[in-house]
Amino acid sequence: MSSKKESVLRTLTVALLVCLVCSVVVSAAAVALKPVQVTNQLQDKQRNILQIAGLYKEGVSVQDQFKQITPRLVDLRTGEFSDARDPLTFDQQKASKDPATSERLDPEADIASIRRQSYYSTVYVVEDEQGEIETLILPIHGYGLWSTLYGFMALESDLKTVVGLGFYQHAETPGLGGEVDNPNWKKQWTGKVVYDESGDVDISVIKGGVDSNSPNAEHQVDALAGATLTSRGVENLVRFWLGQDGFGEFLDHLRAGEA
Amino acid sequence: MAKASAKQVLFDPIFSNNPIALQILGICSALAVTTSLNVTLVMCIALTSVTALSNLFISVVRNQIPSSIRMIVQMVIIASLVIVVDQVLKAYAYSISKQLSVFVGLIITNCIVMGRAEAFAMQNPPHMSFLDGIGNGLGYSFILICVATVRELLGAGSLFGIEILPVVNAGGWYQPNGLLLLPPSAFFIIGLIIWGLRSWKTDQVEAPEFKMAPQTRAMKEAM
Repeated sequence: MSSKKESVLRTLTVALLVCLVCSVVVSAAAVALKPVQVTNQLQDKQRNILQIAGLYKEGVSVQDQFKQITPRLVDLRTGEFSDARDPLTFDQQKASKDPATSERLDPEADIASIRRQSYYSTVYVVEDEQGEIETLILPIHGYGLWSTLYGFMALESDLKTVVGLGFYQHAETPGLGGEVDNPNWKKQWTGKVVYDESGDVDISVIKGGVDSNSPNAEHQVDALAGATLTSRGVENLVRFWLGQDGFGEFLDHLRAGEA
Repeated sequence: MAKASAKQVLFDPIFSNNPIALQILGICSALAVTTSLNVTLVMCIALTSVTALSNLFISVVRNQIPSSIRMIVQMVIIASLVIVVDQVLKAYAYSISKQLSVFVGLIITNCIVMGRAEAFAMQNPPHMSFLDGIGNGLGYSFILICVATVRELLGAGSLFGIEILPVVNAGGWYQPNGLLLLPPSAFFIIGLIIWGLRSWKTDQVEAPEFKMAPQTRAMKEAM
């Protein structure tokens, strides 16, 4: 090898050029493929909503199946349906970062560690033939161990029995916290009751298994093994979104029939 | 080393010099992604294209790379290709890319890619390096597809997600072997493949590192 090839200047030039070319290639790929990926993500989200509501059928296009679900915008400040934004295109993730469309949460109340709360949120409604709510699907999110978990919780028409719960976006440790995606764990949520008789939020994720004979069993879910912080995060975010800072007020209005 | 022909470069890695069976490289992903054939095939295509393209590009610039930073340059090229492949999968095979999750990213650390770049592409012209990358990708794919076929067929009773052996849970007669869906089973299958391959091509058998001393019977008698 010639000494010319090994000079400091040359080494720097080669390193710089390689980095430049590679970064151009990587960013070009990322930008060019973005639209297709966004469509995929949207479909995945819709499929998730269908699955959590227990409506998903294999082999039928997600778009067709999604027609039975009506997205509606909720104003979280008043707890009522709103027409201020288009529920289909409203991006709650983006809105929670923008000071114009969100408010800072009091650290005391912010048990899900989301810091800012968007004014609006898109909920998904499945109606029966009489136009009554059959299933209500609420978007929920909150901090686990490494990442914010984004998911949905589906409630029955009594607005306190869980149909299903699941997350479509998170970056928890695969095999430990990542087990929030495990179908067997998610199945546990079905049939749990999230409010007690007086209407307060009553749901907890507990260690050591749920004793099915205990009177509290319908308010308890078994935690994930080896993922204490993720389990606690899930508990906190569910409690937050069902509480008065989340959808609590909206659900009260719905129950009274005046949303 | 005598110049190898293109055909040798392409096909040798499949049986004679298989990256997994002989060089024992890239075992990690061979355990993780072989529970179903669909996922395995996508992983094989991803790895083969990364190995081939990284070999090609590294070989093109091999005479320009100062040896003090050659590993880093190789890593940068490999890592960029892996990100591109990951983006393409996210766009065109979304559900499979979700299943592969972190393992596409981990192609960066797959020893086969780096090993071929360092051992072959740094010394050989671009077209040969490209073929070498394809060949090693095929060698990797060959083992993975064998493993995945056994694991999916006996572990889940299906191939490509299509039911072949009706399983008990769905009212059939086949009791699936759950062990085959867990990572250790891939070790057993790879072990069996290596055993078979070395019985067929005996020159792959490594010389024993030590010889057992003639056992101690005589000593015992002497005592």
